[in-house]
Amino acid sequence: MYSEKVIDHFSNPRNVGEIENASGVGTVGNAKCGDIMRIYFDIDENQVIRDVKFKTFGCGAAVATSSMATELVKGKTIYEALEVTNKAVMEALDGLPPVKIHCSLLAEEAIHAALWDYAEKNGIVIEGLKKPANDISETLEEEDY
Amino acid sequence: MSKLIYLDNAATTRVKKEVLDVMLPYFTETYCNPSAIYSFASEGKKAVMEARNQAAALIGAKPEEIYFTGGGSESDNWALKATAEEYGSKGKHIITTKIEHHAILHTCEYLEKHGFEVTYLDVDSDGVVHPEDVEKAIRPDTILISVMTANNEIGTIEPIAEIGRIAHEKGILFHTDAVQAYGHIPINVDEMNIDMLSASGHKFGGPKGIGIMYIRKGVKIRSFIHGGSQERGRRAGTSNTAGIVGLGKAAEISGKTMEERIRKETELRDHLIGRIESEIPYAKLNGHRTDRLPNNVNFCFRFIEGESLLILLDQKGICGSSGSACTSGSLDPSHVLLAIGLPHEIAHGSLRLTLSEETTKEDLDYVVDELKKIVDRLRSMSPLYEDFLKNNKD
Repeated sequence: MYSEKVIDHFSNPRNVGEIENASGVGTVGNAKCGDIMRIYFDIDENQVIRDVKFKTFGCGAAVATSSMATELVKGKTIYEALEVTNKAVMEALDGLPPVKIHCSLLAEEAIHAALWDYAEKNGIVIEGLKKPANDISETLEEEDY
Repeated sequence: MSKLIYLDNAATTRVKKEVLDVMLPYFTETYCNPSAIYSFASEGKKAVMEARNQAAALIGAKPEEIYFTGGGSESDNWALKATAEEYGSKGKHIITTKIEHHAILHTCEYLEKHGFEVTYLDVDSDGVVHPEDVEKAIRPDTILISVMTANNEIGTIEPIAEIGRIAHEKGILFHTDAVQAYGHIPINVDEMNIDMLSASGHKFGGPKGIGIMYIRKGVKIRSFIHGGSQERGRRAGTSNTAGIVGLGKAAEISGKTMEERIRKETELRDHLIGRIESEIPYAKLNGHRTDRLPNNVNFCFRFIEGESLLILLDQKGICGSSGSACTSGSLDPSHVLLAIGLPHEIAHGSLRLTLSEETTKEDLDYVVDELKKIVDRLRSMSPLYEDFLKNNKD
């Protein structure tokens, strides 16, 4: 049911771990639904994401989308990272089964949550970034995918 | 993949060699319709009769009380829908449990849409249905009680003899879904007060696509598939001779080997449970520790999710199953795990391993060794575990 890329990113996830004193941390999802994703950013003075790590509780697709999302934002500016959508994550993984699309939304949401945390810590406003929902399932119903 | 350790025997089993051997001639040699008159058909007719005897003998039934169906789900549908139809004018209340297979639960939901009321009984934390709860739920308009013999996920064996006795005292029909139990543990329809029973061929070394429905002589319920006069006119359709013969043979073998198999499987099961409990922290056994199917092991591993676990086990050649949401195709984990009181986040981390007589101790030791590494690995990347460790440090 999964593409080779999904299996690869699940079996050998990139950027697993934590960053101490991270510039921004975002946790999204909820254990009730079986998916929690946490992303850590280390952002330098030029607003470039120098390092990124993640931890995920969830299915194969949840781990793979976290891994791919971290790859896509690594070395990017925070504004470039904001442009990484769930579609981009899915495409980079050669697609996901329909029932797993919410995992890619979770990855996008986790990036946004970590950026939000960074913005708050630094007292800045990142244009175009909305306050993330605490729980991805709150927004899932309205999402058009 | 060189190594394959199949521990999903509750999902389906390998067709036994002896079973396949007796089936094969009915495809290309004795392929005739057993209902035909000519002598060419007599062998098929005899074989079906013999299989009926074998299927009946395993549960202390009479051959004429066994009806061959397309499988366990069909038998469950038949028992519920046809009883409801037959006795709907007498009463519209059915009692079942929260941990039944979907073939029962979804059929009950269907009946609810057609004017029936269903009581879904709670179970305790071991998954046991309490007979006194059954008694309390009985109403003057109760027409049927359906409680599974043993649960397919957590393996708990239910006190069906007692539940059947209560049903009979009140003059209510008693059905049991014995799909996981038939051929695995002793069942006697008279001693256990069973009026109807469902079983499925492929769960005990027989082929898929064939099941049985036991209906006690004298119990009046409607026919389910209308058409020809096969199965005493109660289940029409050309007899699946090869399937029937295979199921019969599998039933015969299961009866002969049952005692020894139970002893061996129970020993292996408890070895697996013991090793997991002593070597993997934050693991919880689901289901009753002793009143459980000899081949069933079901654990929840905290802080990790079941599908991830299954994929990594698969990469080591190990086949298991899980009740996580991702494997159930919905956002909710297994209804059985929720019914025994597990919180959602723990229920997501379940693993079911079901043994067969082919399973060896070496297989299980390999599984535990791999499982330990996989659980560790998934926990090391779980934010829930990270939080748990931080909170416990403070």
